Amino acid sequence: MDLEPNELQVELSTAVKRLCEGRFPADIIRAHIESGRIDRPRWRELADAGVFSLRLSDAEGGVGLGMADASVVFQELGRALVPGPLVATHLAAGLIDGAATGDTIVGILEIGHGPLLVEHLDSLDVLVVLAADGVHSIPAAEVSGRPVERPLDASTPVTELSSVPKGTPIGGVELARTLRRDGACLTAALLVGISQAATSLATGYAKQREQFGRPIGSFQAVKHILADMLARAEVARAAVDAAAATIDQPEVGDPDRAVSVAKILATEAGLLNGKSGIQVHGGMGFTWEVDAQLYLKRSWVLDTHFGSVDEHAEKLASLLV
Amino acid sequence: MDLRYTEAEERFRDGLRAWLASVLPTLPPEPPRHAWPERRAYDTAWQKMLFDAGYAGINWPKEYGGRGATPSEHLIFLEETERARAPYVGHNFVGLLHAGPTLMAEATAEQKAFHLPGILKGEQVWCQGFSEPNAGSDLASLGCRAIRDGGHYVISGQKIWTSFAHTADYCEMLVRTDPDVAKHRGISWLILPMHLPGIEIRPLRTMEGTTEFSEVFFDEVRVPVENRVGDENDGWRVTMVTLSFERGTAFVSEMLQSMELLKDLAVLATKVTRGSTTAWEDAGLRRDVGRLAAEADGLWALTKRNISQAQRTGQVGPGGNVFKVQYTEFRNKLGDLAFRILDRASLSLDDIGGLPSGEHVHGRIHAISLGIAAGTSQIQRNIIAERVLGLPKER
Repeated sequence: MDLEPNELQVELSTAVKRLCEGRFPADIIRAHIESGRIDRPRWRELADAGVFSLRLSDAEGGVGLGMADASVVFQELGRALVPGPLVATHLAAGLIDGAATGDTIVGILEIGHGPLLVEHLDSLDVLVVLAADGVHSIPAAEVSGRPVERPLDASTPVTELSSVPKGTPIGGVELARTLRRDGACLTAALLVGISQAATSLATGYAKQREQFGRPIGSFQAVKHILADMLARAEVARAAVDAAAATIDQPEVGDPDRAVSVAKILATEAGLLNGKSGIQVHGGMGFTWEVDAQLYLKRSWVLDTHFGSVDEHAEKLASLLV
Repeated sequence: MDLRYTEAEERFRDGLRAWLASVLPTLPPEPPRHAWPERRAYDTAWQKMLFDAGYAGINWPKEYGGRGATPSEHLIFLEETERARAPYVGHNFVGLLHAGPTLMAEATAEQKAFHLPGILKGEQVWCQGFSEPNAGSDLASLGCRAIRDGGHYVISGQKIWTSFAHTADYCEMLVRTDPDVAKHRGISWLILPMHLPGIEIRPLRTMEGTTEFSEVFFDEVRVPVENRVGDENDGWRVTMVTLSFERGTAFVSEMLQSMELLKDLAVLATKVTRGSTTAWEDAGLRRDVGRLAAEADGLWALTKRNISQAQRTGQVGPGGNVFKVQYTEFRNKLGDLAFRILDRASLSLDDIGGLPSGEHVHGRIHAISLGIAAGTSQIQRNIIAERVLGLPKER
């Protein structure tokens, strides 16, 4: 039993971290906010690094890695706030041509969640629909709707559809179930990275910002907020890694239960750390200019993906009685 | 990341399970929670059984009579003993988890030879004399004096929050041997026999109305100098060597127990009525139960990460502090949930109306002590903020 990342996982996460620092620095995320379009060359670089294909077999063009490996990669992508349908395209690799190589950008629409909102529609090639009867695929060109003028998270543009065109079935309810579970796990991994990044940003600020003649991070009222942020992120990270390892080796536990645990804890870590990060920044945290807001907004978006906290909590409760 | 145990670890688990199944039915009935002499007899008899079966000092090195188990095996031991509802470490806590490891690291060969086997066999019960009325979170400011008089230290002063004071044989004791230097530098670590003249023990009544702890008063108690562990005035370092030992696994048994409490509460909620329906029909309550289940499983995952780190590096890092803070929050929420489900049955410290109030009301009150004992939640947060995040000290 060893829940620490193995050598390969450390290498993977370092490589993706480096890629993100080099190719997705803060000004690139800001540029994406302005254009609203995914930068295709950069998307292909993510593909070249294995972000979408790493769980596919050699024969399918992947390297046959597991969910635990994908989890460390997605934690880094979350930390860097890399924009775009990362989880959807990863899940589509092996199902939709070109997803694994980054040539096809794939989005996901889960039916049954309020208005029909598709994220990043202008950048998509294919939309995968998770419906009650299974999984469908629709060319993005056949999907149209009204772009939401002021999306909550400016780096996640959304379009409201009036209806969903009939697509091509690519799998049944079993596939839909697996995609929802794996999607929840990878989304939780993104949220762990976000919750850690919010902690780092706020910690750095608390060390520099002085009031009353000393760094605000020396005051317990501030440092306890930061300690709680770290604690939340650490528990969430352990839960996400455990869920990913359980998907890889179901003999150690119930993957559905472990994923619900991970999604709840990672969402709460993302949301609470997002809010706390803004609080530590004071008035500047409330501005557009400071990145603290981006972590909270992305967490709000990811909370709605693959089951909300309430849905997963109901599921866990039902396992107890 | 791999949650599978090795074949050797699974064999260890199977052997332990078989042993527990064979011995647990032979145990005498468990004495009431606060019948201290009876509890001592019960806890130490269990320790002797563990010793005879080769499970005593599970994580102690073999050279000191322990089993020398790996951190993973230690976790399996805690998991299986809890699953089988085996006795808790109880009176053996301070000896096994704190005084013993300190002695292993710092004591003389004679001191080790005399005390370690006694702790392992359940023949020696230890208590802790660290905190004082004016030295709580700021432990290093302790003032209980030890004045050298020939071959003895003469101790005068007071300790507080001492569990097992009236049933212990020995006390691991921090005393002030030099009041004229910086506070961390004038402290010594002593082995204090609890039968010496001049020791007065006054039980403290807790908010639960029970006597978990005592105040201990020392009036010119004479302790031989050879009972000192480590150098004179080097006691602070001696203490720090093993303080982290306590944080790694000390709360794992009771955390596993609280997962059972949560399951029991969920089942209870399906039975207690609210108007024409049951408490379980309340979606708000169910979701709170689900969230707590997530927190419990998250803490279990964190424990596995901490154990994995210990396995690799020999140490539990700040994960121990993170666990303590988060476990405390979890237990308090679990207690709140219990009161919601018990409703007015929570007004009794004993079972009432066919409901298991006793266990859950005790648990609710116990949760409050968790944020204070073994380093308050505020001190834990300071440690996390300063040692992990590198934030400056407040001063």
